[in-house]
Amino acid sequence: MKMTTTSHEVESAKQRNHMGLARLPGLVSRVRELGLLAVLFFIILVVSVQAPRFLSIDNFVQILLSVAIIAIVAVGETLVVLTRNVDLSVGSMVGITAFVTAYFFQQIPNTNILVGILLGCVLGLALGSINGLIVSLGRVPAIVATLGTLYVYRGLLFVIGSNTTTQVNASDVPPGYLALATTQILGIPALILIAAVIAIIAAYFLHASKSGRQLYAVGSNPAAADMIGIRRNRLVFAAFAASGLLAGLAGVLWGARFATVGATAATGLELQVIAAVVVGGVNIFGGSGTILGAVLGAIVLGTLQNALNILNISQFWLQASYGAAIIGAVVLDAIITRWVQRTILARRKKV
Amino acid sequence: MKKLFQTLGPSFLVFVLLMLVACGGTTTGGGTPTPTTSSGGNLNIAFLPKQINNPYFDTAAKGGQLAATDLKGQFKQVGPSTANAAAQVPFITTLTEQRVGAIVISGDDPNAVAPALKQAMSQGVKVVSYDADVAPDARNVFINQANSEQIGRSEVDLLAQQINSAGQIAVLSAASTAANQNTWIGFMKDELATKYPNMQLVKVVYGNDDDQTSFNDTLALLQQYPNLKGIISPTTVGIAAAARALESVKKGGKVALTGLGTPNQLRQYVKDGTIKGFELWDPGNLGYLAYYVAALLVEGKIKGTVGETFTAGKLGSYTIGANNVVLLGPPTVFNAANIDNFNF
Repeated sequence: MKMTTTSHEVESAKQRNHMGLARLPGLVSRVRELGLLAVLFFIILVVSVQAPRFLSIDNFVQILLSVAIIAIVAVGETLVVLTRNVDLSVGSMVGITAFVTAYFFQQIPNTNILVGILLGCVLGLALGSINGLIVSLGRVPAIVATLGTLYVYRGLLFVIGSNTTTQVNASDVPPGYLALATTQILGIPALILIAAVIAIIAAYFLHASKSGRQLYAVGSNPAAADMIGIRRNRLVFAAFAASGLLAGLAGVLWGARFATVGATAATGLELQVIAAVVVGGVNIFGGSGTILGAVLGAIVLGTLQNALNILNISQFWLQASYGAAIIGAVVLDAIITRWVQRTILARRKKV
Repeated sequence: MKKLFQTLGPSFLVFVLLMLVACGGTTTGGGTPTPTTSSGGNLNIAFLPKQINNPYFDTAAKGGQLAATDLKGQFKQVGPSTANAAAQVPFITTLTEQRVGAIVISGDDPNAVAPALKQAMSQGVKVVSYDADVAPDARNVFINQANSEQIGRSEVDLLAQQINSAGQIAVLSAASTAANQNTWIGFMKDELATKYPNMQLVKVVYGNDDDQTSFNDTLALLQQYPNLKGIISPTTVGIAAAARALESVKKGGKVALTGLGTPNQLRQYVKDGTIKGFELWDPGNLGYLAYYVAALLVEGKIKGTVGETFTAGKLGSYTIGANNVVLLGPPTVFNAANIDNFNF
């Protein structure tokens, strides 16, 4: 992801110019996250009035644990969505890496846990790179390409499963692997820490690196990005590869968390991930949104699910309420954003 | 390099498309749909479970294969990759077109598959249901893995032993539409009402046989009912996910867990005390008996009418009971003492 050949000075001048224009949307997107935080506090307030036990540290740790894996995948998905693409194959990539990693540990139980983690990441990176190649060089629309690989990867997993073992059980893998999901570091569950570190690294990359800023440029105006000499294909490829890498890591953690891994592992996860990204204010048409937003989106959805459970809403209503709440969150977020935007503009006019 | 990719790109796309066409289900076992000419009829028998690559159904398939070997028939298994009634219908249609001798099916929804099965029967295909029954007029015989009543009641009894017959309990089921689950839960309620006045069923939740959903449902139960004493999960995916969930919040052994599961899947949890005891019939025997009955029907040795008796190889003799149901036998309870004697 190195910046390439064209005259460096011209490039950075254009970059600066672009940054100037990007300031307003940047502000709005920061405000968007405030909107999400407001939604989050609104849920917390309403639910804790109804059910005080919702407001326990233990419960919040549980919520964060339940969204940690989704958040990791959502970080990768955000990188892809920013470039005006989408990766529908993340659920299948998580499933396949979870299975392969667990199977690897079943076959060679004495290996270092890090080797297994690395294996999952490399496999994810490879699968993501295939997506990246199809989209960037094959010029296939991402929604079609990754819908295809969603089935290809899942099909591959069924083939692997039918030639090895239908399911890897908790007793088949070393306890050290399962401990990945239960260990705590300084009292904080490792899963949450891993997700947080990844989110921070990705957020820093997007915010501070040239390639990170260029991802936004590619998504907001592909033709213009081409014109100012951004290697669009390369960035799109890299975004898909990163999405695969993170899905691979998430797969390793998935196996550790659920301990029983079969060929259907993580089926449908892509929808939860995309829901988190969209609720998190990342524009589905690319060009705007932040990692913080996507992670907050995942947390809001996790909190919502937890809240609906604690309020003891019938499970049959749960899905519908969940969907309605997604729409509600987005609408509320949009209203707040517009309101804040208007106030800012009004204030500016006065000045 | 770039050129290479550009040339490879289109061929990869073709590959993707081919895989897309091929997706949605897989065939296991070496069955070719060529009709056999053995004297008794077409012993080309296909199993259609709720879901393929599911350890439970795969064990049943091994039993079916064993029976096929004993009877010198052919065996194959086809099915959807996720449990879904609508997904079973195209498989029934295809099998009918392939002129298999019999379809052995575990119905995801008793009625959704009925029209397709009736169509198959009208074309001479015998239909045997196993594991989960379909509408009675859409099959010849149902092989009941265990008396529903026996299962429902014995699971409550098993849990009652573990929690001194008192406290709040919950059920973690599969899909809310699964006929066998709902029948079992009905008998559980009855058993609770008649024998255990101090045990209170506070909630039935549906994990849809999905790891993540079942896992989260279990955690949600613990949150909603802090005094929960026990959980019954009469489904293999559910009980394993529930065990891991209990373990992850350090409630293993504190909240009792029982239900239906396979020994391999739950070995870890029985050994570390999360599960004290669970039960299951031997799915291998279920598959064996289902294949055997299907073969006898195809060969015309039985008609599938109530009261008929027959011998099913290694399993001994059986009688077709009311509603054309054949009962496999009582379930086995697995615990720390005996679990290592089983491998499925």
